[in-house]
Amino acid sequence: MAKRSFEPLLWLLFSAGGVLAALLAPILLLLFGVAFPLGWLSPPGHEHLLELLRHPLARVFLFGFCTLSLVHGAHRFRYTLYDGLQIKHLNEFVNLVCYGGAIVGSAVAAHLLWRVA
Amino acid sequence: MRASYTEYHPRWLRRRKSTYWWLERVSYLAFILRELSSVFVVWTVAFLLLLVHAVSQGDNSYRQFLSWSASTPVLLLNLTSLLFVVFHAATWFRLAPQAMVVHVRGRRLPGAWIAASNYLAWALATALVAWLLLGD
Repeated sequence: MAKRSFEPLLWLLFSAGGVLAALLAPILLLLFGVAFPLGWLSPPGHEHLLELLRHPLARVFLFGFCTLSLVHGAHRFRYTLYDGLQIKHLNEFVNLVCYGGAIVGSAVAAHLLWRVA
Repeated sequence: MRASYTEYHPRWLRRRKSTYWWLERVSYLAFILRELSSVFVVWTVAFLLLLVHAVSQGDNSYRQFLSWSASTPVLLLNLTSLLFVVFHAATWFRLAPQAMVVHVRGRRLPGAWIAASNYLAWALATALVAWLLLGD
């Protein structure tokens, strides 16, 4: 029974990450992944980006975005494997890789964002 | 086979479902593609963190990042990711009325309003990010 009580929290984090990813991932990817590389728009200068990143609020917000999106991704991918490929005999391994990966990724995000000087 | 394979279900009369059940119908395929958007959300975070890293290392590495992101494999990956991420966003906001039940003065708000307000929030967030990044 103690194990079950984790699930609501995971679904809550999944939802929060889903909202943030839905709100922000498309525009960020459209700009940095497609529009700037293809030359549709000119990318912001280094100074401008650094100035944005130096703002503590921006970094806290980006950290929240990264962490919750990673948990969202981990949780959904876990169920993709569970439902889609019916990998049920590897449950514990899959959980470890998914949530463990999200935790490691969050730590990397914290480290990278902290280092912006 | 251990009993813990199928939690909360006794292993009685369970017909084996094909591993490729999601190819049987278009709606099943859409479901699994929506679930697979998780992989591309994770890639988006990784890509952004690479950008943050490059910016923090200086002007040169930022330029290197920009030219790396213009290389064909990265561009193709990002185009694919963009499709999946937009699919995630559109389906997420479309489903919002099912997840959010909002009452105003004792009456339940119609689902279309909730979906519309979510799409509006998406448009505002998009405009804010574009303004922050592109406005000088």
